[in-house]
Amino acid sequence: MKNKLFFFAVLPLIGFLSCSKTGDYSKIKAAGEPEHGDVYVASSIGDASYLNPILATDSASGDINGLVYNGLVKYDKDINVAPSLAESWKISKDGLKITFYLRKGVKWHDGRPFTADDVEFTFRKLVDPDVRTPYGSDYMLVKNFRVIDRHTVEITYKEPFAPAIESWMMGILPKHVFRRGDFNSNPANRSPVGTGPFRFREWKTDEKIVLEANPDYFEGRPYIDRYYYRIIPDQAVQFLELRNQSIDEMGLTPDQWKAYPEFFRAYNKFRYPSFSYTYLAFNLKKPLFADKRFRQAIAHAIDKKEIIDGVLLGMGRPATGPYPPSSWAYDDAVKDHAYDPEKAEKILTGLGWSRRGKDDILKKDGKPLEFTVITNQGNKLRSLTAEILQAQLRKVGIKINIRIIEWSSFIHQFVDKKNFDAIILGWSLSRDPDQYLIWHSGQTGEGQYNFISYSNGEIDKLLIEGRRTFDVKKRKNIYNKVHRILAGDIPYVFLYYPESLPVIHKRFIGPEVAPAGLGWNFHKWWVSKSNQKYVLERY
Amino acid sequence: MLGYTLKRLIHFIPVVIGITVITFLVMHLSPGKPTDAVTDMNAKITQEAKLRLAALYGLDRPWYVQYFNWIKRLSALDFGNSFKDGRPAIKKILERLPATLLLNFLSLGLILAVALPIGIYSAIRHRTFFDKAMTVFVFIGFSMPTFWLALLLMILFGLKMGLLPISGLHSLNYAEMNLLGKTIDLARHLALPVLITGFTGLAGLSRYSRSSMLEVIKQDYIKTAYAKGLPESAVILKHAARNALLPVVTILGLSLPSMIGGGFIFETIFAYPGMGRLGYEAIMSRDYPVIMAVGTIAAVLTLLGNLLADLTYTWADPRIRYK
Amino acid sequence: MIKRAFNALKENRLVFYGLTVIAVLFLLALLSQVLSPYGTFEQNLGSRLNPPSLKHLLGTDDLGRDVFSRMLYGIRISLSVGFVAVGISVLIGTLLGMISGFFGGKIDTVIMRLVDIMLCFPSFFLILIVIAFLEPNIYNVMVVIGLTSWPGLTRLVRAEVLSLKEREFIQAARLLGISNFRIFFIHLLPNVVSPILVAATLGVGDAILTESGLSFLGLGVQPPVPSWGQMLTAGKEYIYVAWWLSLFPGLAILFTVLAFNLLGEGLRDILDPRLLKRKT
Repeated sequence: MKNKLFFFAVLPLIGFLSCSKTGDYSKIKAAGEPEHGDVYVASSIGDASYLNPILATDSASGDINGLVYNGLVKYDKDINVAPSLAESWKISKDGLKITFYLRKGVKWHDGRPFTADDVEFTFRKLVDPDVRTPYGSDYMLVKNFRVIDRHTVEITYKEPFAPAIESWMMGILPKHVFRRGDFNSNPANRSPVGTGPFRFREWKTDEKIVLEANPDYFEGRPYIDRYYYRIIPDQAVQFLELRNQSIDEMGLTPDQWKAYPEFFRAYNKFRYPSFSYTYLAFNLKKPLFADKRFRQAIAHAIDKKEIIDGVLLGMGRPATGPYPPSSWAYDDAVKDHAYDPEKAEKILTGLGWSRRGKDDILKKDGKPLEFTVITNQGNKLRSLTAEILQAQLRKVGIKINIRIIEWSSFIHQFVDKKNFDAIILGWSLSRDPDQYLIWHSGQTGEGQYNFISYSNGEIDKLLIEGRRTFDVKKRKNIYNKVHRILAGDIPYVFLYYPESLPVIHKRFIGPEVAPAGLGWNFHKWWVSKSNQKYVLERY
Repeated sequence: MLGYTLKRLIHFIPVVIGITVITFLVMHLSPGKPTDAVTDMNAKITQEAKLRLAALYGLDRPWYVQYFNWIKRLSALDFGNSFKDGRPAIKKILERLPATLLLNFLSLGLILAVALPIGIYSAIRHRTFFDKAMTVFVFIGFSMPTFWLALLLMILFGLKMGLLPISGLHSLNYAEMNLLGKTIDLARHLALPVLITGFTGLAGLSRYSRSSMLEVIKQDYIKTAYAKGLPESAVILKHAARNALLPVVTILGLSLPSMIGGGFIFETIFAYPGMGRLGYEAIMSRDYPVIMAVGTIAAVLTLLGNLLADLTYTWADPRIRYK
Repeated sequence: MIKRAFNALKENRLVFYGLTVIAVLFLLALLSQVLSPYGTFEQNLGSRLNPPSLKHLLGTDDLGRDVFSRMLYGIRISLSVGFVAVGISVLIGTLLGMISGFFGGKIDTVIMRLVDIMLCFPSFFLILIVIAFLEPNIYNVMVVIGLTSWPGLTRLVRAEVLSLKEREFIQAARLLGISNFRIFFIHLLPNVVSPILVAATLGVGDAILTESGLSFLGLGVQPPVPSWGQMLTAGKEYIYVAWWLSLFPGLAILFTVLAFNLLGEGLRDILDPRLLKRKT
């Protein structure tokens, strides 16, 4: 039984009548039994690199891998760790040993059974020095990996490691597929075989990736028959395609999101906080920024609300610390530094700076108060933020220069080498609040993530404690404290928590925003027969 | 002629080496490593892991050693594997070459079909309104930022009139179409890109054929032909155009690099899976093997194009003989 | 000569158009301080993306800056990119071309081989590599465009020098024992000026277009400094929400590049009727 794809505007000859532009989706109700069929057309700026979860680092590969592969565990809609390939698990009292009980009867897309050997194989590859995976460090803490039987594995850690469970959300690879040949250049990296809701069908480089529903998916066959991932490198063109209804989904900029409502008649708009924050970081090695009072002055001189209203059009929140409000580590008792340019200037005057000369810039010993803010190219919101900060700080007499640098040299020549005054950048966070790598004083080497050289004994202690503690309540206390201390110490000025602003075509029933975001129940989305745009004919 | 061809082919070698050395040097003397894209700002990757990756790629050795290794592998036609996805660079290029060549040949065809008549007619009607209008017309095409023109036409033909698809090369159901359907589908997707490359590329060729034609018309044999009482169309087509347009062939050869170069912008805006985009993405992610491969192959294609043009020229014009 | 040129100018309206546009641009660039109703970098987040009106002749951009004021400033940026890039390429091209043509021999072979290499390079590819790997800013953009666009001119100048070398007055000068240096600068240089002038005029347009292409790829002049290419690129994201952000820079580039091309073509006719062929 082979599926064949037909469009209701059947022949390309009459294709220019274009699909259902006049369609009326206003009466769609999420009622009745879900029906099978239709194609979901997503789009991306960049193409995928590896359809292999342990080698891929880009978001396009992540989108596809998330549909094709499963981890042992996953997050449910409320960001609790939930079963996936593992039915259940057990953690020993000392926190050093995790036992996973795997789901039985799960089949790979090629029909072979999924077993504990596959899990072991994936682990071995993650810690293999010849495998080009960037994710090895989380698994290096494993002391012993033991396959107990076909459906049980036992993992022993060298030291207690609270994010351990989360690390097993990594997609599990099929041993039988990868057994032959070189792992890094295995053909399966381009035609993946997984256990997930969608099966791989076709990948045309820089053009499209096509997936189809996996009829044997262990959580039930997805209702949507096919998933079509188009690569459209220009955002303006992507928006044109959206207006033409040739793509079903797009993440919008605040300006697009707030554009004329008639653009989106056929789409449902969603809006939810993304799990990240944008910040202005200081190089604490430079004497100018080493003084906390100076950083305080800058924090008071920045009007976050203006940035959020002006650039994000209100779709974001002022950030108070390193955890977004949707994280359980977020402490809502933390107060933000109020926008108060006068106070800022008073602090600066107290530090010996005064306005002189006709350029109206603060000076000390004849030297103007001037520094350079760098940010990476290709992020419009960040460069606009930089330009706004430039204007805001100018008001209190600080002159800042902006340099926008292409990503690779930005990281390598400036961030890694600590060759900067201040940086605008963002952290996209994992759900676990462990930020040891970002704030611990031992992580300041070249290329490590504490590139601002932050050092605070109390934070160091809390971070280590946080990693070793499994009790969520105790951990919450620890990370609340981290949040509070960092907010007061201002190693970064935490600028804002942005929002995700996707639109999805109205014919799809099921999209629902939860703490986990939007796509968490994608395999349950469906389109009623009468609204299906692309019709699959069965033989 | 065979000897001449051989000699030209041998001359390729220093040129290709020159091009690869320049590319290699520029790449290696500048900041940034290919492993950056893999490892940066990923809080899960430690510094040891980064160094391990660099060693695995052989990036810890000096540039001339790396260049020498590259040349050694090249002699076996091995361009190395892409850093981005581990696939052979040559395979990645061959995947895109058909799409790039298809677009370029179609646009060249369109340019020839439009630019030559414009050039010839402008020369005959030298300094008339037609001549001037055409001058402005071809230069408007030349002076327009390609991506802007593309966006405007996408909005007009794609969104407002719904006549043509906006971007991409195939429809969703391309694989399920019959041959006729496939051809039509491809044609509809190619219409805008070809139209735009054609329009923006008219200037060079039409101006060249115009001035070439102007020169020929003044020659004695053309005057003689007129004096013999031959009809104008015969004089122009049979006598003048033939001689005037021969050098156009060499111009075509020289325009190759800019066509391949123009692809960067063009393919990005049209989501067209061609070689330019591959090169651009490789540059941005420091994918050395692919950058080198794209540079080398583009250069070789250009050289071959030039050679072909010269050979055609010799073949078509018996007065010229190369030694 | 001057009279002939003047007559030709009167006759050739396209050249007249080109000259006018360029003259107006220069005037606007000079007067931009006086004419700008707002500061180039003056933000007003309260009035983002306002359509053209009496208050803002060409509307406002995504930071509430006055597009008209930025366009005026952009003239300076775009023209300096064009002129500096062409200046560099003319300097290199003329020098190498004259050396190559005048001295011949080994040095000629080396230079011409270098020209061959550069001509076979998709030059945009080279520009991209250099700028992406260094840092995109206005200086790098100018220099790199200049450094990659000289080979055509080198060929042109060399051919010109080769033919001049055989002419009587150069032969005579040589016989008289005048030094190479003098021949080079006093006798040869003035005679290759017209083709250089034509190529340079066309080159300015090319450089402005190249900059806009680089801007499209995010590698051109960086914000907040406005070049037209950068404004056009920034504006295309808003092509639906705020059409004025892309339309005006687009038209400005179109008419300016057109002007330089028409002027260049016209100059070719006026300066040297013998030099009808467009050499590449």
